[in-house]
Amino acid sequence: MPANTKFALKMGVATRVAFGDALLELARRDDRIVVCDADISKSTMTHKFHQEFPDRFFSCGIAEANMVAIGAGLAAAGKIAFVSSFSCFVLNKGFEQLRVTVAYPELKHFIVVGTHSGISIGEDGPSQMSIEDMALTCALPGFRVLAPADEVAMRALVKEAAYHGNPVFLRAGRPKVPIVYENGGEFSIGGSNTLIDGSDVTLMACGLMVAEAIRAQELLEKDGISARVIDLYSVKPLDRETIARAAEETGALVVAEEHLVDSGLGVRVAQVVSETAPAAMEFVGLTGYAESGPGGGLLDKYGLRAGNIAAAARRAVERKRVG
Amino acid sequence: MPHKKSLEELQALAKGIRRNIVKMIGAAGSGHPGGSLSAVEILVTLYYDVMRHDPQNPSWPDRDRFILSKGHACPVLYATLAELGYTPKDELMRLRKLGSIYQGHPDKRFLPVLEASTGSLGQGLSLGIGMALAARLDGKDYRTYVLLGDGEIQEGQVWEAAMFGAFHKVDNVCAIVDYNKIQLDGFVKDIMDLEPLVPKWQGFGWHVIEVDGHDIPALQRAFAEAAATKGKPTVLIAHTVKGKGVSFMENNPKFHGVAPTPEEVEIALKELA
Ligand SMILES: Cc1ncc(C[n+]2csc(CCOP(=O)(O)OP(=O)(O)O)c2C)c(N)n1
Repeated sequence: MPANTKFALKMGVATRVAFGDALLELARRDDRIVVCDADISKSTMTHKFHQEFPDRFFSCGIAEANMVAIGAGLAAAGKIAFVSSFSCFVLNKGFEQLRVTVAYPELKHFIVVGTHSGISIGEDGPSQMSIEDMALTCALPGFRVLAPADEVAMRALVKEAAYHGNPVFLRAGRPKVPIVYENGGEFSIGGSNTLIDGSDVTLMACGLMVAEAIRAQELLEKDGISARVIDLYSVKPLDRETIARAAEETGALVVAEEHLVDSGLGVRVAQVVSETAPAAMEFVGLTGYAESGPGGGLLDKYGLRAGNIAAAARRAVERKRVG
Repeated sequence: MPHKKSLEELQALAKGIRRNIVKMIGAAGSGHPGGSLSAVEILVTLYYDVMRHDPQNPSWPDRDRFILSKGHACPVLYATLAELGYTPKDELMRLRKLGSIYQGHPDKRFLPVLEASTGSLGQGLSLGIGMALAARLDGKDYRTYVLLGDGEIQEGQVWEAAMFGAFHKVDNVCAIVDYNKIQLDGFVKDIMDLEPLVPKWQGFGWHVIEVDGHDIPALQRAFAEAAATKGKPTVLIAHTVKGKGVSFMENNPKFHGVAPTPEEVEIALKELA
């Protein structure tokens, strides 16, 4: 991706929709692919797979913990298992199973797909909002954690995940999101994409916060602040080199995520920065459970917008200046 | 405590609550009408006839407890609590709006009168049994009622709770399964069949009563039998119709989690006139 292209950020489809389509495409070429879903396939978008490949789809009922271990069994016996539900249900209810039947035996070809991540799901409210999922999955040794920003990234990462040698958590969202990678992009587990170059501060984000970071860069430009924007879609493992370089070259960093700020992408980046090139850091994310309301209104109310990222960037730049 | 009502009065209340469910979900533009409408008579019978409680004194320590384990059906609970005077009626139309006390799933932070915040299925029975154990320890005679969805009881935790309840002889808890035969993706028999359901609960040591979940006198008799059953917990298998009362929602999986359009609201309200 050439740096400093302008981003139109045209509205695209939801990452969960891109997941459903990419899964189907992959399954047409590889009959090892199987899917487990927990009475929510119309929302996770695995129902399309179900229609086309009924024999490779396993309806698990509303029983996520069992589903995770069923999927683990399928993967252990040679299948490529996609196990899906809302992030909050499959990860919170299935955590012990992810730990002992997936992470501990170092299972490969096991992909847990959590849709409806974050607060942008809107009206259903906090019981359905997953804001701890990256903390949980990053905690599991060997797990890869991917949080794509748009449909292009999701489509590419579904393929990467399917053939990777480690278990993967793919984080998907409910609402339509703007297309960041209109002209395509390259994605690999452990990689990142520098979308905009800049020298005063670096804005790093994952998921739908990437588009907000791009908009924040425009706001900062008006103030004469040059911001670099990096999509850290690979939350685990992180692209350490790119992060270290950004910390060294810009000396001020903001990390933005639709997740609890105490336990997500930001603290992971901070670990890398403190180990490599200490810099002024600011964090944009959630500090607690949200509430019901329109998804966009919640992003406003809970401070997950370009304006919040830009404000954090100004603070980071100021701290860098005063030292 | 609300005064005892006649059958006609209870049926009229049920109809009014159905109207409010349809209106509030219509106004919200999202929500779960099917499983709210299937549970109306169960809540009306409990709150107007069976449970000991006082809308003037919501935190009365000796009140009977009700837990809506299938939290997505909260419109039926909100409409009932508002009808009883616990919460404001006019706010019902602000369901799911930013800052509303009527959140998309029951949230104690916004509505302290609720006994539980629910929405992740499968946890309410354990919670209810815990409350029932506390009553026993405190020498109190209040009872705890837990409403479960049929899809919901596919969760393993429900059966862990069932085993616990029988082992510890928790006879002051009463579970109700809203057996409307439909869950989110479709019919229960196609997603993960529960049958034979009665022997399952019996095998777990529960007293089981099958009942027509829309027949108020039958529900009254069943709850009386549950209260009289000692030494083991009771579960009501309440046969219901998902979407009950609105022709185009009845037995229609689509209306699990889809709001009626303004036109559909109008038709529904005519049917519920
Ligand atoms: C643990 C968990 N998994 C999945 C969901 C998503 N979900 C909400 S309602 C529902 C179906 C519930 O079916 P049922 O219990 O039969 O309820 P009813 O038909 O009475 O509405 C599902 C799967 C959830 N809320 N919690």
